[in-house]
Amino acid sequence: MSIIVNTREMEYIPEETMTQLLKRMKYMFPLVVVKIDGVVIPRVEFPETTFPDGVNIEIIHLISGG
Amino acid sequence: MSCDCNDKKVKLIGDNKTGFQTGNTEHTWDLQKLADSHKVLAEYKYELRPVHKGFAGRTLYIDLTSLQIKEIPVTEDMKKKFTGGRGFGLKMLWDTIKPETRWDSPENGLVLTAGPMAGSTQYPGFGKSLALSVSPSTDIICDSNAGGYFAPFMKFAGFDAVQIHGKATEDVVVLIDGEDGAVRIETAPFDETNSHMVAEQLTHYYAMEDTDRARQLVAVVAAGTGAENSFWGCLNISFYDIRRRVTRLKQHGRGGLGTVLRDKKIKAVVARTKPFDALTNNPVDPDKMADVSTRYHQEIRDLDKDQCNMRTVGTGHLVEIMDAYDLLPTENYRFGSHPKAFNLYSPHFYKLWTQVIPDGCWVGCTMACAKAVDGYTVMTGPYKGQKVTVDGPEYETLGCAANMSIWDPLWVLEFNFYCDTYGLDTISAGTAMAFYMEMYEYGILNKERCDGLELCFGNADAMMELLHKIAAGDKSEFMTAASRGARRMKDWLKTKNWGDAQLIEDTGMESKGLEYSEYVTKESLAMQGGYGLTLKGPQHDEAWLIFMDMVNNQIPTFADKAEALHYFPMWRTWFGLNGLCKLPWNDVEPTDNAQTDEPAKVPKHVQNYVDLQNAITGWNVDKEELILQSERCYNWQRAMAAWLGRGRRKDDWIPYRSMGPVTVLEYVSHQERYDKELVEKLGLDAKKVECMKVEDKIKVMYDYRQSQYQKLADAVYYRRGWTPNGVPTPQKMKSLGFGDETKMLAMLQQKIDEDDAAGLNVWVGEYADDEQPPSTDLKYWEKW
Ligand code: SF4
Repeated sequence: MSIIVNTREMEYIPEETMTQLLKRMKYMFPLVVVKIDGVVIPRVEFPETTFPDGVNIEIIHLISGG
Repeated sequence: MSCDCNDKKVKLIGDNKTGFQTGNTEHTWDLQKLADSHKVLAEYKYELRPVHKGFAGRTLYIDLTSLQIKEIPVTEDMKKKFTGGRGFGLKMLWDTIKPETRWDSPENGLVLTAGPMAGSTQYPGFGKSLALSVSPSTDIICDSNAGGYFAPFMKFAGFDAVQIHGKATEDVVVLIDGEDGAVRIETAPFDETNSHMVAEQLTHYYAMEDTDRARQLVAVVAAGTGAENSFWGCLNISFYDIRRRVTRLKQHGRGGLGTVLRDKKIKAVVARTKPFDALTNNPVDPDKMADVSTRYHQEIRDLDKDQCNMRTVGTGHLVEIMDAYDLLPTENYRFGSHPKAFNLYSPHFYKLWTQVIPDGCWVGCTMACAKAVDGYTVMTGPYKGQKVTVDGPEYETLGCAANMSIWDPLWVLEFNFYCDTYGLDTISAGTAMAFYMEMYEYGILNKERCDGLELCFGNADAMMELLHKIAAGDKSEFMTAASRGARRMKDWLKTKNWGDAQLIEDTGMESKGLEYSEYVTKESLAMQGGYGLTLKGPQHDEAWLIFMDMVNNQIPTFADKAEALHYFPMWRTWFGLNGLCKLPWNDVEPTDNAQTDEPAKVPKHVQNYVDLQNAITGWNVDKEELILQSERCYNWQRAMAAWLGRGRRKDDWIPYRSMGPVTVLEYVSHQERYDKELVEKLGLDAKKVECMKVEDKIKVMYDYRQSQYQKLADAVYYRRGWTPNGVPTPQKMKSLGFGDETKMLAMLQQKIDEDDAAGLNVWVGEYADDEQPPSTDLKYWEKW
């Protein structure tokens, strides 16, 4: 059971929310765009959003820096 | 003198009857004595006239040797080709210096510019100046931007830019006086030298009357004794903070421009303006400006606190983020995080930064990230015991402390304060000093070789002592090498035959002679290019691609990375052409940014800039034209690097520490990651990798990653329309509208012919059978 996060294979954890996934990835940068199978998930919905096994998740960090 | 300096002694700081109490130490200066000592060496009277559609319409030429001062009209051709700001600066240097000019040549120019959008107060971040000169660190043009009020005031006083050539025979102040319509070169024998003092002193001295409002109309450019005695000189740009009643400082940090200022014996350049308002920049369409700006201010107000929190902690929030992503340089970039790094996280500074005051470095900036600590008690050096305002620390300065493994917030303030007032770039000083510490750890440097200093990682006292000795002008053999930065230290260590020359080359974090800014790039090839394949050297203001490349995995191929290394440097260059701060572009994002086709570019904010440039200048540009404006400037600057004898592939090389693990310690700290790469990317047998010695694994990776960098350079040069040796082609320059710049075109052709004769116009990456270089025709540009 696995998911794809930013093109890399990750373990799938049933019932994991998007907020929990971000924490697991140590992705603490605030300006991220999240898409599940190409569909944008609004930031306010991260705490309630779960996803099935096998999905493709993009967690796009915007640039910032400098 | 036209300033009101009748009151003989003036209490300058701390007598705050109203407003915020900084608690800073008071200073008194005898301004009459100062006035008596200021002898006018040369004066030029000019006609005062309003700014027109963002342009003053003329630039100012000053020669300190001949004491010549003149104005030069800005032509429509100059605007069309060079836009303004940094573009103007490049053209002004091209017209006045020679290929042999070095930083201390009398003819070298120091140029300070304001772009056409600088000086507007409606939209955040419209007050930046761009400074340029031939750099002591790199021997090519270095550009550097800074906040503060100088650029708008220079423009309101009558000039889009000032270029200063020659050398004075004694210390001078240059005054650009928008009250009187006069430019003066005045002797300055008793003026302070260090920036926090001279900026405060001259703000009071040149204010038309003894009021805060009058002081707010004076801006000072200064450096300090550190700039005099090192290659790390920064230019401080002042602004009078009316709430604190303190003169504050923002920095043109990179490339040693403050060193050039002091080499010319300039203590300060001062701009004084008449009162101004939101329309002084005289935009064509103020209503459009107001409309775009109002929407943007709303975004900052509503969204910043849940996004980057710039208004509360400024760029300091990046420390915890970089630490979490393994990007915070520690121990001279050996590692990207550290168990003690939490000591430098922004909550520690939240308590120190004064929070009751909005902190914009130009009028109207609601992003207000220019945080400051008031009433800081200096612990060492000539100002020990005094209470001062420290501007910052910003992320880069905090990164320097991490790089030196110094985890004390108060030490960071001390370092920040002294770098600023001595006129030293925190980034160059910090990165170089971290390198000296690593050399000390290996015994290549030791106590005896360092004049008794024990430069171990974490030795905060020794690093402050080193800084004070440099600023005091200590000219011992070690101090001379140390004060000239990482490149000269490498050369000195190798001349002495101390230690492994390759280790020294691989670990000193400089490219082109300029020290790296504070990001670990080992795992991001695109960011290695973002530091190496640059105009002035490894500064993150051209491209910051680590997230796109390493975290998002959005630009996997060489062509993808090359595209990013084309677009982002061009886009970021644009801010410098116009006198703008980059932060409001992408340090807050609109709520619907995620739904756009290219969220990394923040398309709505790009459109704001299109609308604002049109609203100010009356031009009719679109977003593609903005990139073209930058491309002209970018290619011109690279061409000038070739003209000055550099600007080739060999000059874009970077130290291996920024590509991968140099030492066993670094490799084993991320062994799983590196072993995996050997198997998956280099095709080594997993069992074999298990049995290999770490030193052998490092060697294999060393060759591989260096070859990857060469392939990246091939792809980037091709994308930018340069030769395989990194020279812009005449054909490219013609396509950008420089067809009539015959001297430039002929020079480039000559450089290309020389490279041809030397066999340098070849792709250097090693390509496997199933891979292709960017073009099989090595002279692909000739068919354009
Ligand atoms: S965003 Fe920060 S650095 Fe930029 S202009 Fe505003 S206060 Fe200055």
